[in-house]
Amino acid sequence: MIRFENLSVKFRNTDTEYTAVDKVNLTINKGEFFGIVGASGAGKSTLVRTVNLLQKPTSGNVYINGENIVNYSGQKLRNLRLNIGMIFQHFNLISNATVYDNIAFALKASKTPAKEIHKRVPELLELVGLADKAELFPPSLSGGQKQRVAIARALANNPQILLCDEATSALDPDNTKEVIQTLRNIKNHYPITILFITHQMEVAKSLFDRIAVMEKGRLVEVAPSYTLFATPQSEAAKALISSDYKKAVPKKVLEQEKDLYMITYKEEGAFDPVISDVSRKFLNTDLSIIEGNIEYVQDKPIGRLLISLRTRDEKDKESVISYLHRKTFISRLDAE
Amino acid sequence: MSSQLLESTINILQNEFLKSIYETALMIGISFSLSLVFGLALGFVLYLTSGKTFFEKTISLNKTVSAFINIIRSIPFIILVVFSLPLTFILVGTKIGPIAASVPLSIAAIVFFARLVESALKEVDAGVIEAAIATGASHSLIIRNVLLVEAAPAIVRGITITFINLIGCSAMAGMVGGGGIGNLAIQYGYYRYETGVMIFTIVVLVVIVQLAQLTGDRIARLLTH
Repeated sequence: MIRFENLSVKFRNTDTEYTAVDKVNLTINKGEFFGIVGASGAGKSTLVRTVNLLQKPTSGNVYINGENIVNYSGQKLRNLRLNIGMIFQHFNLISNATVYDNIAFALKASKTPAKEIHKRVPELLELVGLADKAELFPPSLSGGQKQRVAIARALANNPQILLCDEATSALDPDNTKEVIQTLRNIKNHYPITILFITHQMEVAKSLFDRIAVMEKGRLVEVAPSYTLFATPQSEAAKALISSDYKKAVPKKVLEQEKDLYMITYKEEGAFDPVISDVSRKFLNTDLSIIEGNIEYVQDKPIGRLLISLRTRDEKDKESVISYLHRKTFISRLDAE
Repeated sequence: MSSQLLESTINILQNEFLKSIYETALMIGISFSLSLVFGLALGFVLYLTSGKTFFEKTISLNKTVSAFINIIRSIPFIILVVFSLPLTFILVGTKIGPIAASVPLSIAAIVFFARLVESALKEVDAGVIEAAIATGASHSLIIRNVLLVEAAPAIVRGITITFINLIGCSAMAGMVGGGGIGNLAIQYGYYRYETGVMIFTIVVLVVIVQLAQLTGDRIARLLTH
């Protein structure tokens, strides 16, 4: 559906050059709910903006339905954009136009006849659960409602692709849930491909089929959501997941404990009694649990335990860790 | 003595005031309507050619127009009136009277308003424009349904400022043969020591300016959400 081929975007100032996206190769399948995660400044937004050419790539190609679009312009580019909806972090609604007119705008863009617009706008408002808000102006809506209006606008022309650029990052948790629920609902009813950029791992967890991790413009890992959360391979992915997890533990605790490890159980291993195994097998080892939880990614459980390991010497420690390695997924957690 | 003064004031006003008001209305009417049309257009030209958002490779056009406007704006209005006399003669066939005065007034008001329109458009949130571009809308639809709508309150405030500015300039144009109430104040109030005429004129001008500002503010508020 969408394929990036050796895609690079460079920004040139007078004397400096900055590579925002660095030779990215990635294929997003039709109907997928695909997430790109990464710290801010990783180049995610720049990458996604090349799909509808809001950002022109410096080199490389972007294929949509097999067609290279990087040189599109004029009417051809406008037609492409009609087929790609987009929502933004700050909603970007026309503040002096009603909710109705904001959605009607997208339909006018596709030269929809007035009669058809009149029929279609209420349908779209119904879809995002804002049927009674048609005559209101955006400043009187909550963040979640604004984003739902933006979703309705983005979907007005029945696009095949929906791009979401940090669509929930400016929202509080309740409004985030509201927007996520709306997107899920849409995904369940329409065969649309969604490409969603976020730095919020909470959002990534609950939405995506597959996730790509970006760091400093490069794609460092692509995996199904569950695999990524349960067994992250790249340092960037590990850092993102553990930073999310560390938020649950007081900073003081993290700083006090020297040898902190995160043990992750995947679904099939969730019932193995590894902790009691360790205390039985390694008598000189103290293992204490600092924190633990079970989260669900794509409706499958991932169990996590944050443990502190105290052993007599390094050799013991290594054997404990290698034992845990065989049974679970374990990674060291740094206080930073 | 004072009743005699009052009588002379009333006498002058009766003879001259309506004619002066008519001349002022004519000067301002012509230059105000021309500035709205051409100033708005010129403001859009300045804005649309300034970056890559709408048209690429128009920077040189932008710089030319911008320099031209700066030149006109750097000429003090009273000098512009004199300087544009040959042009005035070519355009309207005379160098005196309210219609002739409308030529420099229009020129000044057009470039003044153009800059106000440009700055109003630059205030429009870039994200909103980007979202509009992302829908696949044409430039003309974006101009009509996004730029004009979002910049409308600021443009209306600009119209108010232009109008009030024009009242001031029309008094100056009046001095060099344009007529109008500014001229009335100077001719009688200043040269003939008819303080009554002066005060009356000032009161009339204050009322007009207040009304203009009030109306402009109210419309701007109605357009803001």
